[in-house]
Amino acid sequence: MAGIIVAFKSYSYRDGIVGSPWVGLENFRFFFESGKAWLVTKNTVMYNFIFMIVNNVLELTFAIVLFELAGKYFKRFLQSVIFLPYFISWVVAGAIAYNLFNFEFGAVNTLLESIGLSPVNFYNTPGLWPYILVYFSAWKTVGYGTVVYLASIAGIDTEMYEAAKIDGASLMQRIIHITVPSVMPTMIILLLLKVSQIARGDFGMFYQLIGSNGLLYDKTDVIDTFSFRALLDLQEFGMAAAVGLYQSVLCFAIIMMTNVTVKKVRNESALF
Amino acid sequence: MALKPATEKYVFNIVGYAWVSIFAALCLIPFLMIVVGSFTEESRIVKNGYSLFPGALSWDAYRFIFDNPAQIVSAYRVTILVTASGTLLGLFVSAMTAYVLQRKDFAHRNVFAFYFFFTTLFSGGLVPWYILIVKYLGLKESMLALLLPPLLNVFYIIILRSFISSTIPDAIGESAKMDGAGDFRIFLAIILPLVKPALATIGLFIALNYWNDWYHAMLFVNKEPLFPLQYFFIQNIKQHRVRELLGLAELGRDRYAEGIVQAGYDGHRNGTDRAALSVRPEVLHPGPHDRRRQRVTPAAAG
Repeated sequence: MAGIIVAFKSYSYRDGIVGSPWVGLENFRFFFESGKAWLVTKNTVMYNFIFMIVNNVLELTFAIVLFELAGKYFKRFLQSVIFLPYFISWVVAGAIAYNLFNFEFGAVNTLLESIGLSPVNFYNTPGLWPYILVYFSAWKTVGYGTVVYLASIAGIDTEMYEAAKIDGASLMQRIIHITVPSVMPTMIILLLLKVSQIARGDFGMFYQLIGSNGLLYDKTDVIDTFSFRALLDLQEFGMAAAVGLYQSVLCFAIIMMTNVTVKKVRNESALF
Repeated sequence: MALKPATEKYVFNIVGYAWVSIFAALCLIPFLMIVVGSFTEESRIVKNGYSLFPGALSWDAYRFIFDNPAQIVSAYRVTILVTASGTLLGLFVSAMTAYVLQRKDFAHRNVFAFYFFFTTLFSGGLVPWYILIVKYLGLKESMLALLLPPLLNVFYIIILRSFISSTIPDAIGESAKMDGAGDFRIFLAIILPLVKPALATIGLFIALNYWNDWYHAMLFVNKEPLFPLQYFFIQNIKQHRVRELLGLAELGRDRYAEGIVQAGYDGHRNGTDRAALSVRPEVLHPGPHDRRRQRVTPAAAG
């Protein structure tokens, strides 16, 4: 943490953290004047927000549906299939994406050509990537979230369902009035944890799916990939550190604000 | 609209199965494609593209890997070594931290717990961390750089802490103490066996993190004998793309490809991986994106 001062220095490897000269806010100025500060911040927060909403809706509905469905083995099979991608690394996911979407022999283009449509150059079309990224995010994380929600639903007292049944509640009514309120605390905790990380992009995902494809940066560059490139490709230690510090401050501010809000609305759900 | 319970159940099952099945299919298709692709001849892929129907079965891809197994064996060895030792060590340290943090006789335990939690909210970021590990701990080019950074995850400590404090009554530790057990004895002989279920879950996550880790290798390791599996994959995929593009150039399907293939060849000849590394989509579409050689100007920084 003490390394934060790198953000205010012109770092050189030889002089080390303490020995490097101070440059004040020069690194931050560099970052903000690059014109990318707003872009990467917006991308990071927007992507995480959309991932959060989409994944949560899918996880919750899948958990409820899987819990109520009749049958046993096919249900378990479906659950395993959804969970499977969670165990795959982003490296392999990136290779899969490349094989799906690349222009020359990707599966999607092969399919498009075979039904007589013209192929799409995905790696040249930034506008398509928000959808692809949302798909891959859901692909990889929904299985895990579904299991978490399933565990939470399994913990609901079954007597409540029986009582509701006797009172004549329909299946939908039972879901809306018993299951959903019962998983609310779990959902709020999960959402709060996600919100606390909303300014941190999923580096593995963006790096492995996009790589250093500069054409797509406008739509896909997040703070983490930006900072990473500044560090490894450009060796701009000072600016990369400034970006990192900016991200940390942003995260901290967001989580503090959310916590205050949650405390006001629903005190028992606050994180701290 | 009120449906009869039986009808409602029927409709719910149909809609529910359809809804989950569609998503499950979307999850499964990429896997199937990769598996089928691995049995398809390379020239066929280049010519016809990937498909779910391989046509002729081909073991070329597997032969290619196992003809020269030294690299992949080494990669597996590194990964297994790091995963096994990292999981054991990580579990032990996490459990010990969690146990200490929930002991009621540990003064200021909440202060310490918040200190741990704070690191998840606010951190120095990539650069100070990188400098710390490379310059001050001197871990570059060592297996410790793969082992130590992912060792502790604060979320796991928090989960274990609440698991311990909710399932194990304090009285157990106290009675053991009265019987003359020391703190380590209590932890090893009583607490650890009781939290086994939580340890199994957390251990799975830690092991998965280690197994799928390529990030630390990319940052800290350049020597091939130290490459873990995932990083080895990255290298291989990059080289493979050069070969795929080579196949394309032979077919004359893509005009750009020829230039890249040339670049890739030069890279291989020079024995540098940099050129192979740069065969990424951006090379396919040349533009002002190659910033590696020029100093950043704000306009090029993106």
